[in-house]
Amino acid sequence: MAFDSISEFIAMGGYGFYVWLSYGLTFLALAILIVNSFFKKNKILKDVEQRLLREQRIKNAQNTENTL
Amino acid sequence: MWKWLHPYAKPEKSYLLAGKLLPWFCIASVITFTVGIIWGLLFAPADYQQGDSFRIIYIHVPAAMMAMAAYSTMAIAAFVALVWQIRLAEMNVAAIAPVGAVFTFIALVTGAAWGKPMWGAWWVWDARLTSELILLFVYLGIIALYNAFSDKVLAGRAASILTLVGVINLPIIHYSVVWWNTLHQGATISKFDKPSMDPDMLWPLLIMIAAFATFLGAVSLLRFRNEILSRESHRPWVRALVTNKMIGEK
Repeated sequence: MAFDSISEFIAMGGYGFYVWLSYGLTFLALAILIVNSFFKKNKILKDVEQRLLREQRIKNAQNTENTL
Repeated sequence: MWKWLHPYAKPEKSYLLAGKLLPWFCIASVITFTVGIIWGLLFAPADYQQGDSFRIIYIHVPAAMMAMAAYSTMAIAAFVALVWQIRLAEMNVAAIAPVGAVFTFIALVTGAAWGKPMWGAWWVWDARLTSELILLFVYLGIIALYNAFSDKVLAGRAASILTLVGVINLPIIHYSVVWWNTLHQGATISKFDKPSMDPDMLWPLLIMIAAFATFLGAVSLLRFRNEILSRESHRPWVRALVTNKMIGEK
């Protein structure tokens, strides 16, 4: 282990701000990328789902119209 | 002999294959990230000149390397897309570009946070930094161009052409530290020689490179699946997939 205590680990030999800034921004950027990818997937699936439901409604409406 | 490859030109087959590979890339990425970060931050010895600030290397170098690896992959896919007109290759270009852009952004930001304490400046117009910034702009250009067309056949072709044009930047980035007298240091591991780094520091770096590589694979697969779904959304197989999902939820 390169550090003796937690406070020493956080201080990073005086470079704490720069090291944690780097690691923080990196994981923030990676997290945004992951969230965005899943968000897109859900949106595509939801769009297809809505289109299918709409087609079903149109079909149903036509069927009732035909029987009337 | 190579006929087994043919079915994978079908989007549905590729979608399923990507789905099978995805969990393995996720697991590999989580493990390598955990091991690499802990080893790099806690157990690697401090640098004799740079102290603990050198620990930024464990994200800076892998991000920069994988940003270029991502671009090379996109360039090969773009070439395949343009020459053999394989639509899946275009989707591949569109899937990887955002990951590459984020990696390039990370390389630039961590480089700035490392440059400030070591060089005394967040940014200098050094050849390596400038060519890396151009890489970010090329990535953003490819993403913007792909999204600018609602006709995705046209969008894919335009993005592929821009990708091939941008390849010129890759050797410039790699050799910038050789061709010009830069503030940025030269190559440490990607050279035809023994890495000039102690094994205690090198091992966590190699693990972090694997972590970024598998992360690139995982997110690319995820986004590749998204591209296939959105471009095939009118096909029967996607409709069947969504119908099954809807029944499953009820």
